[in-house]
Amino acid sequence: MKPIESFEVPLPPKVNYINAQYGLKSWLLTKDHKRIALLYLASITFFFFIGGIYALMIRLELLTPQGDFLQSTTYNKVFTQHGIIMIFFFLIPSIPATLGNFLIPMMIGAKDLAFPRINLLSWYIYLLGGVITIYALLAGGVDTGWTFYTPFSTTFSNSYVVATGLGIFVNGFSSILTGLNFIVTIHTMRAPGMTWFRLPLFIWSHYATSMIMILGTPVIAITILLLAFERVARVGIFDPALGGDPVLFQHLFWFYSHPAVYIMILPSMGVISELIANFSRKNIFGYSFVAFSSIAIAVFSFLVWGHHLFVSSQSVYAGMIFSLLSFAVAIPSAIKVFNWTATLYKSSISYDTPMLYALGFIGLFTVGGMTGLFLASLAVDVHLSDTYFIVAHFHYIMVGGALMGYLGGLHYWWPKISGRMYPEGWGRFSALVIFVGFNLTFLPQFVAGYLGMPRRYHAYPPEFQVFNVLSSAGASILGFGMLMPALYFVWSMRYGRHADANPWHLPGLEWRTPSPPPTENFYTTPIVTWDAYEFAPREEIEVVGRFRHEAAEPT
Amino acid sequence: MTTHATTANHVHGHPALQHHFENMEQQREAGTLGMWIFLVTEIMFFGGMFLAYTLYRGLYPAAFASGSNHLNITLGAVNTGVLILSSFTMAMAVYFTQVGKHRPQVFCLIATLILGLAFLGIKAVEYYDKYEDHLIPGKLIPGNPFDPEVAHHGDTDPHKLHLLENATVEKVEMFYWIYFAMTGMHAFHMIIGAGLLMYLIIFSLRRRFDPEYHSPVEVIGLYWHFVDIVWIFLFPLLYLLGRHVGHG
Amino acid sequence: MQSWIPLVPESASTFSWKVDALYFYLSGVTLFFTLLISAVLIFFVIRYRRRTPYEIPRPVSGSHKLETLWTVIPFVIAMTMFGWGASVYFDQYKPPENAMEVYVVGKQWMWKLQHATGQREINELHVPVGRKIKLIMTTEDVIHDFFVPAFRTKADVIPGRYTTLWFEATKTGRYHLFCAEYCGMNHSGMTGSVIVMEQREFDNWLSGNVGTATPATAGQQLYQTLGCASCHGANGEGGRGPTLAGIYGNVQQLQNGQTVRVDEGYVRESITNPQAKLVVGFGPIMPTFQGQVSEDQLVQLVAYIKSLQPGGETRPATAASPSPTARPGASPTRNIR
Repeated sequence: MKPIESFEVPLPPKVNYINAQYGLKSWLLTKDHKRIALLYLASITFFFFIGGIYALMIRLELLTPQGDFLQSTTYNKVFTQHGIIMIFFFLIPSIPATLGNFLIPMMIGAKDLAFPRINLLSWYIYLLGGVITIYALLAGGVDTGWTFYTPFSTTFSNSYVVATGLGIFVNGFSSILTGLNFIVTIHTMRAPGMTWFRLPLFIWSHYATSMIMILGTPVIAITILLLAFERVARVGIFDPALGGDPVLFQHLFWFYSHPAVYIMILPSMGVISELIANFSRKNIFGYSFVAFSSIAIAVFSFLVWGHHLFVSSQSVYAGMIFSLLSFAVAIPSAIKVFNWTATLYKSSISYDTPMLYALGFIGLFTVGGMTGLFLASLAVDVHLSDTYFIVAHFHYIMVGGALMGYLGGLHYWWPKISGRMYPEGWGRFSALVIFVGFNLTFLPQFVAGYLGMPRRYHAYPPEFQVFNVLSSAGASILGFGMLMPALYFVWSMRYGRHADANPWHLPGLEWRTPSPPPTENFYTTPIVTWDAYEFAPREEIEVVGRFRHEAAEPT
Repeated sequence: MTTHATTANHVHGHPALQHHFENMEQQREAGTLGMWIFLVTEIMFFGGMFLAYTLYRGLYPAAFASGSNHLNITLGAVNTGVLILSSFTMAMAVYFTQVGKHRPQVFCLIATLILGLAFLGIKAVEYYDKYEDHLIPGKLIPGNPFDPEVAHHGDTDPHKLHLLENATVEKVEMFYWIYFAMTGMHAFHMIIGAGLLMYLIIFSLRRRFDPEYHSPVEVIGLYWHFVDIVWIFLFPLLYLLGRHVGHG
Repeated sequence: MQSWIPLVPESASTFSWKVDALYFYLSGVTLFFTLLISAVLIFFVIRYRRRTPYEIPRPVSGSHKLETLWTVIPFVIAMTMFGWGASVYFDQYKPPENAMEVYVVGKQWMWKLQHATGQREINELHVPVGRKIKLIMTTEDVIHDFFVPAFRTKADVIPGRYTTLWFEATKTGRYHLFCAEYCGMNHSGMTGSVIVMEQREFDNWLSGNVGTATPATAGQQLYQTLGCASCHGANGEGGRGPTLAGIYGNVQQLQNGQTVRVDEGYVRESITNPQAKLVVGFGPIMPTFQGQVSEDQLVQLVAYIKSLQPGGETRPATAASPSPTARPGASPTRNIR
């Protein structure tokens, strides 16, 4: 098949995956990966708003040094629940379960994922985990911090630890099944001609993410089970009075939870690769390096958990090994950032909303990643552990990184998903507001952290107030910024401009089928003979800057 | 769902071919790879318990050996043999399905199920013995907490707990926590396996599987072999600690 | 209160400036790369903006040379960060010989401190400037963390074991003490101060606060009342149980073939869980005192046993004017562990 000028754009069909069948049952019992992606989209947006309300409450409380807005027990529950909801019910599923589910079959030329019913099952498991957790929140909440450190969580907390743990435990199986589905799909269902090195980098990232999902999630499952056992039956695994070791919990917990943060960022990096290449009309510089660095990150992510235990009585020598490995795991991410930047050299950059998010990602992820180096460095981490520096670091990666990628991807693929365009002006405006609000929220926290403000404090010494006020002001801007896409995406579903199959004029496989796609994605199985981001015809690869005209659109 | 008429490329193949696969070969490959990956996650899951076992055995070797000595090595060994035999019958069932020999296929599946149920039955007997000897840890059974009778020097009563030097009853309880957690989780997987076998038997009787389409048999076979292998690790680690020739 | 916004806390210990120096290096490198990448991005985004709707730039597949360059250079920079951080860390976490010891017990939601000379404090720690101070810490309940931003050091306190923290203050003043591991309802209230004084003022403070027994003396009383003497001898000379006099710092041979160095943690464990590490030559007859002694009492027993010397003497706790061996520059007489 030839690049964009000459492939045949299929006629927009009357029947697509959205209107193929009507009725609640056709959605709740669907096997179509695209419908399941939308089911996930709705549920994770719901959880995002719950987590966001908790964030709002935290920032309101921290406006003043005294604990005057919330009682301390309430505040402790609020920050715990903010973390649990955002991490387990928003960030971990977000890109894989929505964009991954929707796009992976389309990008490889398949009709669906390998196991459609298991895909639907994973959504129901996610819902079940969510319902259990919401029950725990409504019944009284949990106040152990999302990290559940023992012995506070096993012996001292009077909150709904086991119920929340059960919700997270159940949710974990959703993750495992999604990862399993992705790996099998990518291995066995690629269209003819779609070799590994012709795959979009979005696929490579999701493959690496799935590796982590299937290897790491069972460990948190058993850790939560042990925690529940300890709390209910007082076995003594983590209780020193019974011969157990409270730090063992930390090792078990972080053995999953560190790779988990890469589950959260790798898919976003995959989206960024797509955005950078497609909105600059150039293949990613160093494609194979970016692809392999995703795999390297997945592998290395399992070797660094001890950097969360530098001040927890871990031996000095273990600390040194983990510090060394933590520096090593940063290198593949750096390679990606350089490759993305190099892609833009002598390219053709458009300022559409998705590209704005991608550019924001690169800047914010650089800051987030490099502040991670502060924490990998043993001496500085001793001072910074459990301060607001840590909070700022991970929010730069999670919000400045993962969330920006998610929003950028949503905007980019929105026409494919819904058949409508979002309003571009509002898109650019909210991207800017989010960028400004985000930096104002979290940049002051780095300073407050080094000055010594500990985290999880609901009252603090007055000298930290100025940073907190700036941070809360930023948070209100950030919240406003994020409200806008929620509104205009919904608006666009009814009033947005209709999008055709390829509104951005791109060569990817997902753009060679109508918007929205038919249920089986492609009318005929594509046969792939081109590379991932092949904009210019191969025989013209040496020619510089030739203008080409679009073929006349078919009627 | 769109009707077949508009999808020019849809091939009416084997009735078991799912609509999103191109051919049976792809479907079989996907199913098998999916099961292998699922088994990897199971290894990680059991691995956490093996880690706990390794840690605490290292810390309390005498208590673990005392607990291990009290387990019924005969029943454990018989169960090991039963499971290995069941893996053989399972493999034969897969083979017979692949070559289309229907009667031997069903026979082997039924034999596997019977052996699996035998394993569970023997396990139930073992668990009952522990209940009688008050070795169920914690207060899991109301009214029957962990409270074994400790044998004194020279007492050879098999129902009493013989503590080796440096072993304490508290740490023997830890051994039993791990014993019940690991064998219990294993038995849970066996029960699921038995259910899967029943599904296979019913559908085999309906002649659902043939040389063209037998990947459910193959894939469930993989699962069964995995459960068998977990037991092969559990048996020596739990039953054979510190047993020297001539000592009890 | 300061009228300008500071970037770093006060620098009040011997390694504060070392941590700050590394922090500034890390900040500098971060700022450099962030500005570099941002500037390049902004430049590219303007210079290579799309000018006509259908233009397609010339594709470039990559460059091994560039990849190597931007792999090796970040790796080398990362290794410098690692090496520097590790060496300062070694300094931060290697407790020195002949330090003045203070026992710390954290509990929800306060810090209880006791000097080796007996003075007790709650949420405050008075120390002399220019002296090495070693904190031997534990907690009665959940994990807390003893954090003094001005000293750039912290360590978790963990139930069931002792952790140590050391510092040498370089400036007098009052510095924040925070709990830096979430511990429940009043975690943000578990704060206090470290008050660094001139040596003379500190001596005055010590003498003005006398009245409680030293931990070692209190421990001696406990040793009698709990009946330790019946197996270990009235002065720790041994008997049915191992000799305790002079045991601190030695290496013991255990029945499982391993050896263990006798430190505070081992002594504490031997009281709460005597079967865990049995010494060669003795049977498992010592009863456990788990639940019968509080963390404070364990600290006192540990302090007493540390002080026991063969011959019935006890080693005095160092607190007042520094003895000759603590003069800066003098090398300790024992090998560094």
